[in-house]
Amino acid sequence: MFPSLPGGQAKQSCTLPEPRREHYVNCNAQVRLKNPCTAAFRGRKQVASRETTWSPISRSLDALRRSVLGRPVLPNGRELTTPTRMTLREQLRKKISAAFYRHGLLCASYPVPIILFTSASILTCCYPLLRLPLPGTGPVEFTTGVRDYNVPFHEPQGDLGERPDWYHGPPVAYIQQVLVKAAVSPWDSSLVPVDVFRSPLGKVFSLLEEIRNHVHTDSSGIRSLEALCLQVTGLFPGLRRMQSVLPEHGCLLVSPGNYWQNQRELFDSDPDLLRTIQKHEPKGLHTSATLRDLLFGVPGKFTGVSHYNRKRVVTYTITVVLSHYDASFLNSLRNRLKQLHPSANCSLRDDHMVHVHFKEEIGIAELIPLVTTYIILFAYIYFSTRKIDMVKSKWGLALAAVVTVLSSLLMSVGLCTLFGLTPTLNGGEIFPYLVVVIGLENVLVLTKSVVSTPVDLEVKLRIAQGLSNESWSIMKNMATELCIILIGYFTLVPAIQEFCLFAVVGLVSDFFLQMFFFTTVLSIDIRRMELADLNRRLPAEAGLLPQKPVPLRTREVPPPPRPSPHTITLQTPAFRNLRLPKRLRVVYFLARTRLAQRIIMVGTVIWIGILVYTDPAGIRTYLAAQVSEQSPLGDHGGGVLPPHLPVAPVFRGGDPTSTLSIHPAPDPTTLPENQSQGHLGPARAGRLPHAPPAGPQITWGADDEEGWRRLSFRHWPSLFSYYNITLAKKYISILPVIPVTIHLNPQEAIDMRHPQDTRHPPPSIPKVSADFQTDLTLYKVAALGLAAGVLLVLLLFCLYRVLCPRNYGQNGVAHGRRRRGDLPCDDYGYSPPVSEISPLLLRGHSMDIECLASDGMLLASCCLAGQIRVWDAQTGDCLTVIPKPGLGRSISSSGCWEQRDAWDSLSGAAESECADPSNGCDGALEDECYPLRRRSAPSRPPLFTNQPDLTPLIDTNFASLPPSNVSTPPRVGFDFGGLVERAYTEHEPPSTYPSPSSASSSPHSCTLLQRSPSLGDSTGPSTQDSAVGTQGSGDVSSVWALELRGNLIAAGRSSGKLELWDAVEGSLRCSNEDSVSGITALAFLSNRIVAARLNGSLDFFNVEINKPLGLLHRGAPCRGSVPPSPCYSSEDVINCQLTRSVQCAHHKPITVLRAAAGRVVTGSQDHTVRVYRLEDSCCLFTLQGHSGGITAIYIDQTMVLASGGQDGAICLWDVLTGSRVSHVYGHRGDVTSLVCTNSCVISSGLDDLICIWDRSTGIKLYSIQQEVGCGASLGVISESLLVTGGQGCVSFWDLNFGDLLQTVYLSPSGDGQGVRQLLVLDNAAIVCDFGSELSLVYVPSVLEKLD
Amino acid sequence: MTTMSNSDRRQRPGSKESHRCSWGPYISAITNRTTNLFIRGGMLFSVGVFLALVLNLLQVQRNVTLFPPDVISSIFSSAWWVPPCCGTASAVIGLLYPCIDSRLGEPHKFKREWSSVMRCVAVFVGINHASAKVDFANNVQLSLTLAALSIGLWWTFDRSRSGFGLGVSISLLATLATQLLVYNGVFQYTSPDFLYIRSWLPCIFFAGVITMGNIGRQLALYEHSFLQQKTHQD
Repeated sequence: MFPSLPGGQAKQSCTLPEPRREHYVNCNAQVRLKNPCTAAFRGRKQVASRETTWSPISRSLDALRRSVLGRPVLPNGRELTTPTRMTLREQLRKKISAAFYRHGLLCASYPVPIILFTSASILTCCYPLLRLPLPGTGPVEFTTGVRDYNVPFHEPQGDLGERPDWYHGPPVAYIQQVLVKAAVSPWDSSLVPVDVFRSPLGKVFSLLEEIRNHVHTDSSGIRSLEALCLQVTGLFPGLRRMQSVLPEHGCLLVSPGNYWQNQRELFDSDPDLLRTIQKHEPKGLHTSATLRDLLFGVPGKFTGVSHYNRKRVVTYTITVVLSHYDASFLNSLRNRLKQLHPSANCSLRDDHMVHVHFKEEIGIAELIPLVTTYIILFAYIYFSTRKIDMVKSKWGLALAAVVTVLSSLLMSVGLCTLFGLTPTLNGGEIFPYLVVVIGLENVLVLTKSVVSTPVDLEVKLRIAQGLSNESWSIMKNMATELCIILIGYFTLVPAIQEFCLFAVVGLVSDFFLQMFFFTTVLSIDIRRMELADLNRRLPAEAGLLPQKPVPLRTREVPPPPRPSPHTITLQTPAFRNLRLPKRLRVVYFLARTRLAQRIIMVGTVIWIGILVYTDPAGIRTYLAAQVSEQSPLGDHGGGVLPPHLPVAPVFRGGDPTSTLSIHPAPDPTTLPENQSQGHLGPARAGRLPHAPPAGPQITWGADDEEGWRRLSFRHWPSLFSYYNITLAKKYISILPVIPVTIHLNPQEAIDMRHPQDTRHPPPSIPKVSADFQTDLTLYKVAALGLAAGVLLVLLLFCLYRVLCPRNYGQNGVAHGRRRRGDLPCDDYGYSPPVSEISPLLLRGHSMDIECLASDGMLLASCCLAGQIRVWDAQTGDCLTVIPKPGLGRSISSSGCWEQRDAWDSLSGAAESECADPSNGCDGALEDECYPLRRRSAPSRPPLFTNQPDLTPLIDTNFASLPPSNVSTPPRVGFDFGGLVERAYTEHEPPSTYPSPSSASSSPHSCTLLQRSPSLGDSTGPSTQDSAVGTQGSGDVSSVWALELRGNLIAAGRSSGKLELWDAVEGSLRCSNEDSVSGITALAFLSNRIVAARLNGSLDFFNVEINKPLGLLHRGAPCRGSVPPSPCYSSEDVINCQLTRSVQCAHHKPITVLRAAAGRVVTGSQDHTVRVYRLEDSCCLFTLQGHSGGITAIYIDQTMVLASGGQDGAICLWDVLTGSRVSHVYGHRGDVTSLVCTNSCVISSGLDDLICIWDRSTGIKLYSIQQEVGCGASLGVISESLLVTGGQGCVSFWDLNFGDLLQTVYLSPSGDGQGVRQLLVLDNAAIVCDFGSELSLVYVPSVLEKLD
Repeated sequence: MTTMSNSDRRQRPGSKESHRCSWGPYISAITNRTTNLFIRGGMLFSVGVFLALVLNLLQVQRNVTLFPPDVISSIFSSAWWVPPCCGTASAVIGLLYPCIDSRLGEPHKFKREWSSVMRCVAVFVGINHASAKVDFANNVQLSLTLAALSIGLWWTFDRSRSGFGLGVSISLLATLATQLLVYNGVFQYTSPDFLYIRSWLPCIFFAGVITMGNIGRQLALYEHSFLQQKTHQD
């Protein structure tokens, strides 16, 4: 997508940094910059850094100002200038602020104990709340015995016992139900369905007559129903339509007869009874009691009033509502009815009455203001907590604030309850006002004050200072509020007094919680913020390591095959502990387990369960009925057994004989039998002694005993509400039912028939509809519920989709950026968030990079062509070009590039230059090839001195080779002789080919790299420049080793010549040609240079500067590296003096040379490692332990020495004693690279495996399979960040767990050129070679950390 | 609803601002000011109507314990013109307060935050709630309590002399007007007790005026800050 730029534009790009930069940033594309724009890159970094540091700076400024202002308030009093002239107020103020200061110190010092203490005290204070009844609208029942019943007193007595607290004072009404079961028996086939209920219903009128006219006479006078019943004065005005049905005046006595105005004539003349009954049913769906339920007194489906009544028993009740309780009258009525209509096998208990207490009902009208107040409350909380700012976790603090207020309220209620005050106010109503009165202001003020203290103070001091700054205003506000509330207490209105009491206690407890709970939470928060500021160490946490934005690949290049995706073998899952910050891990955990959804689901289920259970008409009564059926006593489950059954009857004036006949025996266990006997006695004496076996059976079950339980719990409230009597917070007493059994013979039924009943039997359709009326209601409810449920599910699903997009966790997919991304998710399924890393390509070399050296500021690279380039490691600018010595080109940072640019654009980034056909290192992998090559090289160089330049002729098109060559194993070399010969003979122009993207080609090509003098003879186009000879031109050899310190480049050549170049000016400062053996490795420490030679000798050089070091040419480089690098000015005369030459350091070629901490460590082919002291170049130890040539050595400032050999073994040594600490075998093949961190050792081998070892135990933690040929390139950026090279990419790994954090692709075309060398710079950048280019990758967050 | 409208309100001037910036400064200032005024008035009006409905419901509740099924209609049980009147009055008051503040040259600086305004509204509703729900022994007690609460409201959330004066005068005027209406038979109280009405009405009016003034000032603060921003931008 991003075209490679022609050279002219590339030069322009430096003069126009702005658009370039925008391009660079916005397109997220990798730009092939020849000369990356310094200003642009710097600018970008500066912007970033400014953003990060902005808020602390402003904060500290603000805090500084504040602290200056607040200085006199400081509690130690030292700043107060005039302590003698203080008024009382100021003294008080000072004392208060001192106390607050100390308190703040305390809170911030011991956060955990204080929080525990606070939680404990909250719980303690809330404990009395457990005794308070839970809110709910369902009625509550209480059962007492009938015989010793007295109207409870108004004032609750001391010995309440089991009495609920609502059970005092007379009830609103006594309900006496006469339960009538009537049937026509024996059933005759001549009867029509209407006969099932017409004559039984007709019996209601005679019963009504009987009840109304019943008069009881005894010593205290004559009592009739008229005197005892509840007199109603009129229906509620809104119920006009009920006027015809419900009694408007007089006794509240409801029965099915009300449908016909209690007039027999109307009933008899009614042609269709069911229609009359249905007429009054509401059309819509009703949850509360319907009129039919009210009048029949039993649920509709139990009445049996329908055409399809199989049992042919009609059940209904006559409900008498009494205002006064008169036991004798009721008893006489009961006996009278029983005498008239004896119930044969009735075993209903009639010895206890149930008091039903109704909670306050909340109607819509009440709900609207309530909801309004709650909305206002939430708005208040929202606007308040919005002001919390500049803290680590806003939400956490807001939650803490709300928790503070709420728990203080709970505490206040709990405390008030503890001291004997029972709340009478509706908690839900006054709650918002309490919150508003208590307020969140103090919390906010505290937060603001603490946050605005100087950030550089200790956390403790910040908290203390913030507290003491605001102490005066807090105390003042508190006192004011207390005063206002105290005034409210003197209004002498009980409700307001109670409110004020709650508010006062709430205020005090809120103050307590603010001081202890919130302050501590705040200190924790502030500490967390400070910690986060101080050690943003984990690079993985910040979500840095981003997927590099890869521009679109060109169409014709196929995507590279990824033969071996990064596989991680984790050994111990216990190591994945520290990766993410806790907050993120919590979020991930929540998201992973879908915890929120599950909690909602479970909560919903529980809620539904509670609803079903607490629904009075619901499962509880059902369960109670079940229990009571199973219980031998027939005791209904919910009720309390009256404990005083055996007590003698206390009714006075009642009919003692009848009472005794009902309860003849005091033994409660035999009571049911006796009772039934007592009933049977009069039954036999009655008029209808026979129970016809053929007819419908009238049975009395346990559920008939309290048939009203089957009604809706709103039955009674709605009945009373029709007469504008509320049952809210009151109770009614339900007396035991009077059972009435009526048997009618068929003749009676036929007599009562309406003429239309037989002539026009009701059509079937209305019958069906009438029959299924109730069922239909059920279905409607079910369907509606189902629809609502489905809707809810859909809604939740939509919400879920909106809130959690489907691909969360797999970041980057949504942005379409991870085309090549095989960014594996971790085990949680989440990969870290992505930020941008853009590699910077440094181009200029014409051939593959051979040597890399850096001191943090500068970067020196040498390519196969012998050209040394010096780059600015920060910006990627090419500072200097040191050409091949034979040509002697002076510095030229331009001119020679145009052709290279064109060449680059053609060949892309995938060129692999394998120059010398005659000297392939057996086709071995390059990493392993180094020592071998060097060993065999020395005699060769002179041979090729005068050969023509082959650079342009390089054919990297391996695809054109016979396939057998491509697939040959690495050990088999290529023969390029023919190719070169052809080039010689034909003298063709440079032939360039777009490189194939075959991944296998690059390692092969890499194997053929060779330092050949012939390559460096001319860099092609550069011949046009006049040579400025600054050095001798006769000796041309390739650079084998390169080191960079300060602005000096030390280059070791194959000819054994050591050269020192000025990195800035590109001039040769001095050279040393004491030996002819090629320098294989160099170490440059302060002013010493150690050179290891091919013949096994070790040369120590001393760099002498004739001018003192005071004159710093470049200030920057002296800062970075640990041993102060010498900085040389251009005027200095630099001498390189051979101080000591250890001739036989090793008897085989030295392969590795490392120097650190005053030690020089060499590893050689002779299986030994030697440690030299740098000062006097004396050999300290010879470490033997490897069974193969040493291939990798690591030593750092902490004197950690690790070595790896060709045997695949890794040894850790103690440098001080020379003893071997551990010895592990990890690789099949050579160990190619070794790095240590504080906790682990990272090794890579020829088997392309990167192994991470625990340093202390030597246990392999895990291994990472690398791509072929890229095993050697690895580096450690920080303690937990590993970077490895791959095919055209570098990958970042979390060292702690082996997670691949990110892969950054170096080239836009995405073809795989192996990264063979990788250098980690001090400024958190990594440099890797990438064919002929260098790639500079900045890891931004690590940059922040190091700054 | 109040919060929503408030937040709505906060965003709207901003967007308007950005729209108008392309116009000439004079025209934009004029249109801005007038549109702002209208928006503010509309907001205050809706808040007033809403509060009137809700508080009316509270008062209705005092007399009726249980509602017939048609509860919702009882929200609008009073005369239809009462809520619009309350809305208009609240709009006028809410615009008047900042205006008077600017005329007097003493900008109100006490607790200018939305959280404080919300608190004020909540306390106002609470006063209404108390007057509707709490059973007072006599009317003197009711009046005294309500008066103390109202003055406490003023002291807590306003503390400006102009606010107090305006509140007192407006509440007196409103009480007078209500009484006149009642005498003329246009309006009737649900409660027949004349004294009862007279005792709570002025206090409620006063508290309402303070609340509305608070809201209006807060809204004006936004306009003020936006205009200031704009002048800075220019």
